[in-house]
Amino acid sequence: MTPRSADRPRPGQSQPILSGAQPARCLVLWFPAWSVRAWSLAEGQPIDVPLATVAANRITACSAAAVAEGVVIGQRRREAQSRCPTLQVIASDEARDVREFEPVVACIEELSPGVQVLRPGQCVVRARGLANYLGSEAEAAETLLEAVVTRLGIPDGRVGIADGRFAAAQAARAGNPVRIVPAGESAGFLAPLPISRLADEGLSTLLPRLGVHTLGDFAALSADSVRDRFGTQGLRLHTFASGLDPSTVQPRTPPPELTRRLHFEPALNLVEQVAFSARATAEDFIAGLNAVGLVCTELRVELVGERDELVARNWLAAGVFDAGAVIDRVRWQLQAAAGRQLGSGVVNLLLEPIAVDAQGFHMPGLFGSGPDERVHHVLSRVQGMLGHTGVLTAEVGGGRWLAERQVLVPWSDRPQSEAPRQRPWPGRVPDPLPATVFSETRPVRLLGGSGRPVALNSRGAVTDPPVALEVEGGRRTVIGWAGPWPIDERPWDADRHRVANRFQVVDGSGTAWLLLLDERGWWAEARYD
Amino acid sequence: MTLAIDPTREALLQRLRAQAEAPARSRAERCLPVPDAFAKLLPDAGLKQGATYCLGVAGSLLTALLSEPSQAGSWCGVVGMPEFGVEAAQAAGIALDRLVLVPDPGDQWLAVTAALAEVLPVIAVRPGGRVREGDAARLTARLRDRGGVLLVHGDWPRAEARLQLAEPRWAGLGIGHGCLTSREVVATATSKRFAGVRSVRLRLPDPQGRLALAAPVAPVPVRLKAAG
Repeated sequence: MTPRSADRPRPGQSQPILSGAQPARCLVLWFPAWSVRAWSLAEGQPIDVPLATVAANRITACSAAAVAEGVVIGQRRREAQSRCPTLQVIASDEARDVREFEPVVACIEELSPGVQVLRPGQCVVRARGLANYLGSEAEAAETLLEAVVTRLGIPDGRVGIADGRFAAAQAARAGNPVRIVPAGESAGFLAPLPISRLADEGLSTLLPRLGVHTLGDFAALSADSVRDRFGTQGLRLHTFASGLDPSTVQPRTPPPELTRRLHFEPALNLVEQVAFSARATAEDFIAGLNAVGLVCTELRVELVGERDELVARNWLAAGVFDAGAVIDRVRWQLQAAAGRQLGSGVVNLLLEPIAVDAQGFHMPGLFGSGPDERVHHVLSRVQGMLGHTGVLTAEVGGGRWLAERQVLVPWSDRPQSEAPRQRPWPGRVPDPLPATVFSETRPVRLLGGSGRPVALNSRGAVTDPPVALEVEGGRRTVIGWAGPWPIDERPWDADRHRVANRFQVVDGSGTAWLLLLDERGWWAEARYD
Repeated sequence: MTLAIDPTREALLQRLRAQAEAPARSRAERCLPVPDAFAKLLPDAGLKQGATYCLGVAGSLLTALLSEPSQAGSWCGVVGMPEFGVEAAQAAGIALDRLVLVPDPGDQWLAVTAALAEVLPVIAVRPGGRVREGDAARLTARLRDRGGVLLVHGDWPRAEARLQLAEPRWAGLGIGHGCLTSREVVATATSKRFAGVRSVRLRLPDPQGRLALAAPVAPVPVRLKAAG
């Protein structure tokens, strides 16, 4: 995976030049309906069923099965569904398209450097080098397609080779799977194609009304009159139609490899051994990021055991990761997993930046960065002493039980309370809240006048008014009490179903208690002190 | 040639001279704020920086003392108290985004407290064992250096003051009816800096979970007639 802000392929920049120079030979690799293919790759779903991606209620791409049922691009979603009732509609997601195209680009880059991504699903390379190396252009096209099929399992690629990018892209659309337009014949190849292939909304509606229906007709117009009528954009499209596409392939810079892997041979069994051996890798990992002006703010650590157990976790830093912090995360992850998820020695370690940020945003100021930066340093140090969960910050979440409502988050982790606090939570304790909340309820005994524990009858009333409370090894008289307040939580979920009755009790020393009565007996949930 | 002295510059020079001559800082400036109710109890009407205060085990006393510095922007640390009630602390006015909890420091509680004392102005700690004079003196020196305040649940050598809650009386709860609404309590303080015991009557917590001075007159109970 590539980090979010790493190099993206740059959009094609082309400068119209009016010389009659023959454009360079280009090879365009095109995958029809890439959005659908990307979804299938991301979700691991089959693609041989009717599928379509939709943006703004219009079909943007559809699978071959959907085309066979009469779904076409640009159709309204409702209309497509009426033609093909089994159509599975997917929201289009450009980020997913780009992400899934990345391995394809990397695969092509291994064979031929200098790949330019035109858009997700379509990329272009210079044909000359690869063709010279392999013997012929046909051989080059076959090799690329074969590599994509065998390594990535994507069968429906198409290749077009022609003079210039535009002609090659059109050849790829005509390819089945390969279409090679010989040098100098691009104009002839383009001539019968419809004007709509220029992908310019204004021209493709206006030119047919003027009697210009094909690219050949458009190319036959003189360049001067096209410029007078349609300006520079029209002139640029005119050169496309004439097979004189002047734009050159602008190869992307491959993103630097920021992920670091470490293999242990033989497998390491002690946490400290792993931490010690990984130090150089962690330093290299941070140095690699710094070399491209980045810092890591979210890190993924993957550990693989001898028996193929995978222990993976994403870690957040309150500031940025340095080598020591990375090693701490590796150590904590190992300590947490040892004996449970990981029952054997560690053989592989992977450090991967999930989120990166430009270094400039994280430079300390000339006079330090204020108190919070120092707080972070010290708390990280204490975390190093006690472990990741040793230092906590708190927030208040939702729930009915006091211990459940206080959500404790390890320092530098992202707070995530699953139950939102804003909901009403009937049955929660009313204000004022107890200042002492036991993280585990403690066993107590509330005794009635008969000396036996107080219980509830079938109507939910106490059998015997409480007179004494046995708590913390002592017996106290009860001078005030109220309850029960019943709570019956999640009766639909057998595992999390909980029934209990709350009581408030004030003992003779003036201390108030929040007690619980459930099927196992009496418990102290909290103390008002 | 004489130097023309700018009047604003002259004023600035005078102010600087006055500052240099004045005693380093006034006493009030070296104290962290406390709620008004506690100001009468404490020797300097605030939590003196570098000092240690011993508190009774009551959790509400701790939250009440932490609330004012926290609202004033200080970070607070709570060490060795796994049962610290976070929601009550928030109700009392503690900013949770500047609160750090170290619930189970184990044997390292002193090292953790010393590390936190570097940056946190207010630290509450429950000692995990007996405190030696030497350790206490070293920690106090660091607190004085950094301007921190230590609130200790339990005993501590040479504490500035000891605060306790006594005579609690809960309101709102009857025999089998009602629910807890507020508590009247007497806060007492002893200190080596003054003779005798100072005390003040408080409502802690009041119905909103905050601290208030006790109302001087108890409300007269009104008898309700059954109707209908």
